[in-house]
Amino acid sequence: MSATNLSALQPGARARVKDLPKSGTTFIRLREMGLLTGTVVTFVRAAPMGDPLEFKLRGYLLSVRRAEAQQIEVELLTDGAA
Amino acid sequence: MQLPAHINPPAPKRNAAPARAPVYALVGNPNCGKSTLFNALTGLKQKVGNYPGVTVEKKVGTAYSQHGQPLTVIDLPGAYSLAARSPDEAVTRDVLLGRRSDTAQPDRILCIVDATNLERNLYLVHQVLDLGRPVIVVLNMMDLAAEAGMAVFPDKLAQELGVPVIPCEAVRGKGLIELRLAMSRADLPLSRHAWDVPGAIAPAVAEIQASLVAHDAKSPLIARAESLLLLTDQDSVRVAGSTPLSARTTEILAGWQKRWSAENMDWAGTLVSSRYDAIGRIAAEVVQPGTAGQGPSPSDRIDAVVTHPIWGWITLGAVMCLIFVSIFTLAEYPMNWIDRHIAALADWVKGSMAPGDLRDLITDGAISGVGGVVIFLPQILILFFFIGLLESTGYMARAAFIMDRLMSRVGLNGKSFIPLLSSYACAIPGIMATRTIEDPKDRLVTILVAPLMSCSARLPVYLLMIAALLPAERVPLTTKVGIMFLMYFLGTFAAFGFAWLFKRTLLKGVPPMMIMELPPYRMPGVKDVGLHMLERAWIFLRRAGTVILGISIVLWFLSAYPKAPAGASPSEQLSGSFAGMAGHALEPVIKPLGFDWQIGIGLISSFAAREVFVSTMGVVFNAEADDGDTAPLRSALLKARWPDGRMLFTPLVCFGLMIFYVFAMQCISTIAIVKRETNSWKWPLFQTAYMTGTAWILALLVYQVGRGLGF
Repeated sequence: MSATNLSALQPGARARVKDLPKSGTTFIRLREMGLLTGTVVTFVRAAPMGDPLEFKLRGYLLSVRRAEAQQIEVELLTDGAA
Repeated sequence: MQLPAHINPPAPKRNAAPARAPVYALVGNPNCGKSTLFNALTGLKQKVGNYPGVTVEKKVGTAYSQHGQPLTVIDLPGAYSLAARSPDEAVTRDVLLGRRSDTAQPDRILCIVDATNLERNLYLVHQVLDLGRPVIVVLNMMDLAAEAGMAVFPDKLAQELGVPVIPCEAVRGKGLIELRLAMSRADLPLSRHAWDVPGAIAPAVAEIQASLVAHDAKSPLIARAESLLLLTDQDSVRVAGSTPLSARTTEILAGWQKRWSAENMDWAGTLVSSRYDAIGRIAAEVVQPGTAGQGPSPSDRIDAVVTHPIWGWITLGAVMCLIFVSIFTLAEYPMNWIDRHIAALADWVKGSMAPGDLRDLITDGAISGVGGVVIFLPQILILFFFIGLLESTGYMARAAFIMDRLMSRVGLNGKSFIPLLSSYACAIPGIMATRTIEDPKDRLVTILVAPLMSCSARLPVYLLMIAALLPAERVPLTTKVGIMFLMYFLGTFAAFGFAWLFKRTLLKGVPPMMIMELPPYRMPGVKDVGLHMLERAWIFLRRAGTVILGISIVLWFLSAYPKAPAGASPSEQLSGSFAGMAGHALEPVIKPLGFDWQIGIGLISSFAAREVFVSTMGVVFNAEADDGDTAPLRSALLKARWPDGRMLFTPLVCFGLMIFYVFAMQCISTIAIVKRETNSWKWPLFQTAYMTGTAWILALLVYQVGRGLGF
């Protein structure tokens, strides 16, 4: 398991959220949408121009800009699920 | 945990059947099928308006219980959380908390949730349960959950939450009878779900609640819900909204926040997490996930193409082409039909009334003025239809996803793309489509620049000016197309330029968040899209229609009075009229642009709608302008002279006029709609001033620099 941030995943990679900023409207809203410490997130793809990024979590798809994703620390899950 | 005694309602409300028919509020996340359920419950018995003071749509409908008793249903805007982040969500929160004086606090709440995405959907339900009102949970999209291989057990959810849970497929009308039966019950139970507020936060919740009761005159249950929201959002001013907090409560809240910050405690995160923990335990009982490691869903397969780095652009381009080709080809037939019938109506009035001012007022003022706007209705309807289709299929979010990067260069986000694009056909549907933009400043900037996109009403003006500029025989078609393209480019460039400017100066704000759900693709409900289209069109007709009627009559009066002596030609009548005088009065202002008073009359008359310029020029220069054939008018224009014999419509003036029409806000309908959508006269007036000001400056530059260069 290696630590990285949410913007640095390969498409199809799964990761578990370790930490996200405590304040800021965006990060509280992300929590309210189910992106919490411990949540497992799959990186699906980047938009055609590289930003924003699309993630799958709790069975739905969420688009987040790279600038925010960079601030979310995750650990890569290497359970082979692509 | 047992709730403290003082926040429990005094007596169980099980038998408290309200004397009047209960008012239901319908709440749910965006994209969970809320509108479909609302339409299915209320049919055409809906009233659509605005919440006073904000531009959020208010939809109220009447449903009937199984016993035929009418029930009021308020369709609240889609929300992910009661800790509101957008004007839409703020309305949902305020209505549920009973803060809006224009909308009574609902007696009962219908929570619609998407069964395929239960955890995130239950977050809002969990907050709604805090309100202590009877709740019915509608478990929608049971069919899609089954297709995805999930097993969802409504009974278990009902057992966990202690409220009725109705499985439903709103698109097919399944589950509606059961829902109506539940809604007819006089004795809806209150939720038994007790949720443990984390121990570190519970004392703060209790203290803030007590202060809200003591100092802000809130009822204990509402106070508890508000206190939880205050601790979730961190921005107490935003949570309090229209009901500012008392000094004492603010002080208590700030005290806790300060203390926790010093301890480096993440109170909001803890609160949200503990809700999700409670929800996770419920979901584990209610949902059996599909076979793990399943292949991509149909939605995933569509997305692989639609958001592909190459195919994504091709798809987006193809969808946009389809929309525009449809607008310009399909709309032609009904537009011709409307044109013919308006002409026939005017002829009929002419034939059946005695000649006189009243007859002219009706035919030349009211009928032709309103007709000139109604003729755009087919285009507007088709555009609304496509916007509705894009929204209900889920493609709208993909277009925003693809375009976000480009739009972010000028400080907007991807959601501004469709409204701006729609404005190429007509700014009105574009401006009305900005309601999907959550950030109020982004939305306002999009509204302000949308009319710069060259709409179809500018086409007749461009075509006439190109014809006058370049005699058909000598100039290759590509040059004409090139000039046309240049006009579209100028408008688009200006729209983005002004958006950039406004985002940096006038409407500076925090960079908007771009957290967007990409909902699964769904087959659109024909009824929903149709209703959406008719609703928008009706708003347009009502809003624009009344303003246009008034303006048309004023413009008619200006051109019909004072009366010229008998036997005068229409051109002489017009030049002697108030409009003619206004043209003369305007001449000093527009002379530096190379425009004379006759063009001035055209500018004034086309203030109502741009294409009127062409017909006014026809009257001013005594040329019968036939539909589609500008040749007679063109030669009349080319013969026009200044009093000193100089040619009036030089290529430079024609070009300057086109530039003027690219930028000038010459459209009363748009002004009326911007007034409605911004809820004030300030913004439409500012918009008119900046657009027409830019038009004047650029036309001046073109003429003066052009002359300096010897054109």
